[in-house]
Amino acid sequence: MARAALQRRLTWRLAEVTQLVAETPRVRSLVLEVPGWPGHRAGQHMDVRLTAEDGYAAERSYSIASAPDAGEQLTLTVERLDDGEVSPYLTEELRVGDQLELRGPIGGYFVWDLEMGGPLMLIAGGSGICPLMAMLRRRAGASSKVPARLLYSSRSREDIIYREELHRRGAAGSGLEVIHTLTRVQPPDWTGRAGRIDQAMLNDVAWSPTDRPLMYVCGPTTLVEHVADALVNLGHDPERVKTERFGPTGG
Amino acid sequence: MEDNQMRLDGNAIAGLLGELFTAEVTDARGACLGCGAVGALGAQHLYMHPLAPGAVLRCRWCESVLMVLVHAEGRVRLAVRGMAWLDIEDNAERID
Amino acid sequence: MSFITRGFRGRPRDQGEAGRLPPGQHLVHDFPVLSAGPTPRTPLSEWSFSITGAVDQLKNWTWDEFRALPTETITRDIHCVTKWSKLDTHWEGVSVDTLLQDAQPTAGYVMAFSDGDYSTNLPLTDLIGGKAWVAFSFAGEPLPSEHGGPARLLVPHLYFWKSAKWVRGLRLMTADSPGFWETYGYNMHGDPWREQRYSGD
Repeated sequence: MARAALQRRLTWRLAEVTQLVAETPRVRSLVLEVPGWPGHRAGQHMDVRLTAEDGYAAERSYSIASAPDAGEQLTLTVERLDDGEVSPYLTEELRVGDQLELRGPIGGYFVWDLEMGGPLMLIAGGSGICPLMAMLRRRAGASSKVPARLLYSSRSREDIIYREELHRRGAAGSGLEVIHTLTRVQPPDWTGRAGRIDQAMLNDVAWSPTDRPLMYVCGPTTLVEHVADALVNLGHDPERVKTERFGPTGG
Repeated sequence: MEDNQMRLDGNAIAGLLGELFTAEVTDARGACLGCGAVGALGAQHLYMHPLAPGAVLRCRWCESVLMVLVHAEGRVRLAVRGMAWLDIEDNAERID
Repeated sequence: MSFITRGFRGRPRDQGEAGRLPPGQHLVHDFPVLSAGPTPRTPLSEWSFSITGAVDQLKNWTWDEFRALPTETITRDIHCVTKWSKLDTHWEGVSVDTLLQDAQPTAGYVMAFSDGDYSTNLPLTDLIGGKAWVAFSFAGEPLPSEHGGPARLLVPHLYFWKSAKWVRGLRLMTADSPGFWETYGYNMHGDPWREQRYSGD
């Protein structure tokens, strides 16, 4: 007789950095090999703990950007914050072969599984794209037919994380539509949108309330709150709007 | 500093509670003793280190304290003081 | 033995002049904001400060009455239980000795209570004799609400969670009773020089 696996309590474990990928001038993806990784769901995150020689420790949370179908390999995508304590280490000092202490997977609220269906409305600001990317990678890896739209706000074209990959995934026939908006500067040949996400843009871009989309909003707190309020104002069911704020945990 | 810059989603408490509970708690539902609202823990307001000496989960509607969590000296103290009830997925071991 | 992360140093942690920092603390030069909840925003027209409980004479001041009391300027080091310390912080406030002047406490313990359901307990002896103030100004400016304005308790010789933000009064008690953080495992006294952070210390 086989026992169904008992869900374990979270413990700290060591992962090895196997690859580092420069996504944008300020953003780097860390590909990690995590022995014994129990698997995760798209949208979940990890806690990373850095300990200095004198015992001082700093912890931060990062969304898992990779889909749940890569066994013991995971990807975290980190944005370097200028006055940060952990992000400069992860984006500049960390080397292939280093080990990182981490804990996860964490989160049962801001997750999307294939069975949850759609249509999917994903809205991201800056590095808020990371957990949504896990969802899109999951969707693609399973060849899911769930219709999906991504509205992604970035400062400039150079700051768009996963730009090439999103362009590929949003190709005709994929069932995914990617809409970019640039808030600070648009290149001369830009055909996307400009300016911050507001209710008018959402009204244009989002599925209508009658489609009953599943909505995931992730990014800086102010963006998330404005977008969530706007979606509800447009008539969407608040129970189907899930939010993850990247708050002031330090960076 | 705006209040919404000082608080986090209840998602952030998932790491802390995940060390105590074997079930996934952020989609657990609870009832606030202060105002009666029912919602997922992951949707509530969390105030925590580095912004506080411990983690305080507050009801997103009335800001009453739902739970407090303090790590000190190798022990964790959890106070579930503001919830009428907490409803979690049953994750009991099954033998197939 | 915990895992050490290669090459990680963290924010520069200034250990300051020898002897000036209590054990386990490091210096900061900004003023971190810590909070267990949303910032209360009581209008001054509704603000009051009271001395209640085990006293012979209950006392109460409106904001205008409170600001008419004699004030002092205070320069002290402050120490937070989350391990940061800030040296030579400048405040202006009313001494707790002034506030207790005619109250005639008949008990030895105090619960300081604040807007936002916050409270903290202290022995009366830690509040009298020039050790504590109700402060309304920091660094020459009116105390910002995120730092406890319009007025906070200031008890610099104890860990700073005892300096209750948004303070609205002191309640004298015959027996010591835990306030907010004390209920959840923080020390009933909180002396940084004896590193009394948690209830087991």
